[in-house]
Amino acid sequence: MLIPHPLLGLRDAQEFTYLGDAALLDRPSPEGEGAEAAFCDYVFLRGNPAGVHRELWFHEQGDRSWLVVTRNTLTHEILGAELASKVAKALKGAAE
Amino acid sequence: MTRIPGGLIDRSQTLTFSFNGKRYTGHPGDTLASALLANGVHLMGRSFKYHRPRGPVSAGSEDPNALVTLRSGARAEPNTRATVAELYDGLTARSQNHVGPLGFDAMAVNDLLSPVFAAGFYYKTFMWPRAFWEKLYEPMIRRAAGLGALSGEADPDSYDRGYLHCDLLVIGAGAAGLSAALTAARAGAQVVLADEDFRLGGRLLAESDPLDGGPASDWVAEVEAELRALPNVRILTRTTVFGTYDHGIFGAVERVADHLPVPGTSVRQTLWRITAKRSVLAAGATERHIPFASNDRPGIMMAGALRAYANRWATLPVAGPQDRIAVFTNNDDGHRTALDLLAKGANLLGVIDPRADAPRFGDYQLFAGAQVTGTHGRLGLSSIEITRDGRADWLECHALGVSGGWNPNVHLASHHRGRPVWNEELQAFVPGEGGPQGLIPAGACAGRGSTSAALGDGARAAQAALSELGISAALPRLPEAEDRPLRQTAFWHVPGKARAWVDFQNDVTVKDIALAHKENMRPVEHLKRWTTLGMATDQGKTANVTALAVMAELTGKAIPETGTTIFRPPYTGVSLSVLGGGDTGKDFRPTRLTPTHHWAEAQGAAFVEVGPWLRAQYFPRPGETHWRESVDREAKAVRSAVGLCDVTTLGKIDVQGRDAGEFLNRVYSNMMGTLKVGRVRYGLMLREDGHLYDDGTCARMAEDHYVVTTTTGNAGLVYRNMEFARQCLWPELDVQIISTTDAWAQIAVAGPRSRELLSRIVDGFDLSNEAFPFMACASLSVCGGLRARLFRISFSGELAYEVAVPARYGHALMQRLMAQGADLGVTPYGTEALGVLRIEKGHAAGAELNGQTTAAMIGLGMMVSGKKDSIGAVMSRREGLAEDSRRLVGLQPVDPEAKVVPGSHLFADGTAQDMAHDQGWITSACFSPHVGSSIGLGFLEDGAARMGEVILAANPLEGSCAALRVVPPHFVDPEGERLRG
Repeated sequence: MLIPHPLLGLRDAQEFTYLGDAALLDRPSPEGEGAEAAFCDYVFLRGNPAGVHRELWFHEQGDRSWLVVTRNTLTHEILGAELASKVAKALKGAAE
Repeated sequence: MTRIPGGLIDRSQTLTFSFNGKRYTGHPGDTLASALLANGVHLMGRSFKYHRPRGPVSAGSEDPNALVTLRSGARAEPNTRATVAELYDGLTARSQNHVGPLGFDAMAVNDLLSPVFAAGFYYKTFMWPRAFWEKLYEPMIRRAAGLGALSGEADPDSYDRGYLHCDLLVIGAGAAGLSAALTAARAGAQVVLADEDFRLGGRLLAESDPLDGGPASDWVAEVEAELRALPNVRILTRTTVFGTYDHGIFGAVERVADHLPVPGTSVRQTLWRITAKRSVLAAGATERHIPFASNDRPGIMMAGALRAYANRWATLPVAGPQDRIAVFTNNDDGHRTALDLLAKGANLLGVIDPRADAPRFGDYQLFAGAQVTGTHGRLGLSSIEITRDGRADWLECHALGVSGGWNPNVHLASHHRGRPVWNEELQAFVPGEGGPQGLIPAGACAGRGSTSAALGDGARAAQAALSELGISAALPRLPEAEDRPLRQTAFWHVPGKARAWVDFQNDVTVKDIALAHKENMRPVEHLKRWTTLGMATDQGKTANVTALAVMAELTGKAIPETGTTIFRPPYTGVSLSVLGGGDTGKDFRPTRLTPTHHWAEAQGAAFVEVGPWLRAQYFPRPGETHWRESVDREAKAVRSAVGLCDVTTLGKIDVQGRDAGEFLNRVYSNMMGTLKVGRVRYGLMLREDGHLYDDGTCARMAEDHYVVTTTTGNAGLVYRNMEFARQCLWPELDVQIISTTDAWAQIAVAGPRSRELLSRIVDGFDLSNEAFPFMACASLSVCGGLRARLFRISFSGELAYEVAVPARYGHALMQRLMAQGADLGVTPYGTEALGVLRIEKGHAAGAELNGQTTAAMIGLGMMVSGKKDSIGAVMSRREGLAEDSRRLVGLQPVDPEAKVVPGSHLFADGTAQDMAHDQGWITSACFSPHVGSSIGLGFLEDGAARMGEVILAANPLEGSCAALRVVPPHFVDPEGERLRG
């Protein structure tokens, strides 16, 4: 597969390490009653859809960026790739 | 000998080769199959199940029958198709799958038992009794299964891997492929042209039809010369593009030296990974046969193959020119074979064509409305039965060409679950929509197989592909070529009671398909598995479509409704050696060497693999005959004088930025933000699930600068996780991190005389306990101006330091410390002594931090701060984890001579030794020269409260059980006075 790195252009998937569901960006709050249950879901429950999936890839053999790659797991079509730090910042901005 | 004039072989040179020990000759340009046929050898192997005598049915990579073992010894290569093995001088080959000589195979008794071996034989036969499964059936099936055998020796040759990038990949160099490559090459595009054959031209080489009035091979040579002269074209012959992968990536194997006796200095094969912006699939078509009674004898082959052997390889599959040859065809293309054979002077019996209105194209006998209904000939064809209007005649015949039409080679267009679609007019599957991205099928593989159509199609495909890339390409002038339509009738098999083979390799007959139908194994995927149709080396290239047609007839469905199986790579077999691409033995992965590796080597050190690194394990001295002697000496030297150990392999991560302290608070379970500048703190890292996964030290070099160390094995993982935390969890923090493991050489200087030794190399730095206490760190210079970092940390429990210098000075620093410390008893020590020292001190390492343990379990529960959030903090407090009472304890044998064995499980005395009574396990053990006996560390239920108790350590693997006393996990200096002194 080829991954369109937002800074470096098309890069071979062999340069990356795969992590999975980009929901991992949304770490729950450690405060409050439901924290343990929320962490339980966060750690153990992941989406694994047959279709469009947002997932985390680490450019380990490259510039060490974490990317959020939108990929169709059925066709391997890649619909986009963003810097995870940007996505995470936007997520935090929306939460505040 | 049946060499005939003409052909594309070089008769000026003679090559000698052997088959089953007998010597023969051939010429450059021959394949093993063509050379054997030219020598009158038609029998080349035995079929898989019934051990029927077989010869080649094709002249290409699709051949199911002519499988031989090429070469001998470690280079022996089983299941090689003689039809594509390029002849070289000295080639040796042996036939396979027979007991006794090839002409009299004892296993041919299976053929007589064929009613027993019908479809589903395995599933029906080896069911009971259950006790026979492993003891009898499996060994029996394994012995009978398979064709050729591997040598069992290591492959002596080398293999390589390469990467190519291009605008256009053209797969196949026949009419369509060459015109596509020419079109793209002239437009200046980067072109890769790959073909599995050793010569460009594809099917053009096998035909007698002229191009622009001259031989087709002249045009091929002209195009090849032009392409080779262009710098933007790369031609890969002997290269099979075996798979289509995502995003325009293709896998290909180039057989660089398979046509040579030995590769010499060359690699044997190269695995190419080709990334192509666009591709043209010009893979051609494969002829199919027509099943009829006893249609598998040597001498019966595809009509197109017969034509190819005559035209390209100047040979006929008969013993002499007087032998009669016939053609059985349901289409006009079979008649071309007859015409070519006539032109070559063959003794043509005639053409048998089931069409009542079959055309005749020349001066030969035509059996219109006739079928071949039987054959004779034990090891080769001798006569055929022709049935017309209910009347059967046996006629002498020594070779028979069969044509049931042509199947486009849709494989590479179907590797992405692209389903081929049925074309009623062609009576064949052609590539469907939704094939691989950017791939355009052209020519015969797209169902446009006349020479003229293929030439034009290839050029237009290249033009269309390039225009998508913004490259405009002009269509080249293409030669005048034949453009006959392929007229045929849907005639799939000759009905009858006798066995008629559909899949030659797996001995699947029309009857087997009928049985599968009767037993309701009708979906194509079931049919395949029930009958073994389309499996093994040829993957049913000559069988699958015919089998579908037979099943469709039985079910009364149309062929497209019957379906096709899913196509998967590889197109033809790929050796594991080339997939390994040279990553074998020591080259399996890179070996990382420490900065003092060569120094340690010169000292005669033994080495051990630690993660990707080689580390010195111990340094034997003259007279030491057992490793324990060396290790005990090294450990004692550290406790009594001073030792040196290269600890460069521990991961080092530089953390800088205004929020570095806050960031580290979140990735370590304990507080790091409060650490004073110039101080070091031990830290624990948890996974988000609350378990411990790494430990190390964290040194604050400046307000906004920390240096973090990790364990050797987890250096990469910790760094990746810290990048995840930085970019994905807390991108708002002002912090930057980088791995500096390779940038600094780090040497542990440990032992009561370490301060004295270090004082001899530091440049005016105060090492006193007051100025530089335990857990201090500093940047300084050593050895007269060398930049260095000094950490007062101790893994051994002794007064100890770690000194870091730029990696290139590591070797020199070790030499300097050894020279300066000679009078202090300085001793280098390896990972074994390091292990002894840390077990004696009760420090956790990999065996304790195994991913299933917690901070509390290693006695450091207080280090998971409740005052802040950090990765894993919330989950570490969950029920079950927090209540786990197992604790790290020290273990000492009651009998000082007894051994503590790691991996042993702990039980209270008097209980049953089973899972229900298991109370823990031993993680680490060693002989302690300090204690004078074997000692160990382990996790024990309620361990903290059981000091002094005697428990049993059961080692059922070795059938031993030792009584151990539970002691605190610090065998040396429990108060920590030495390291603070």
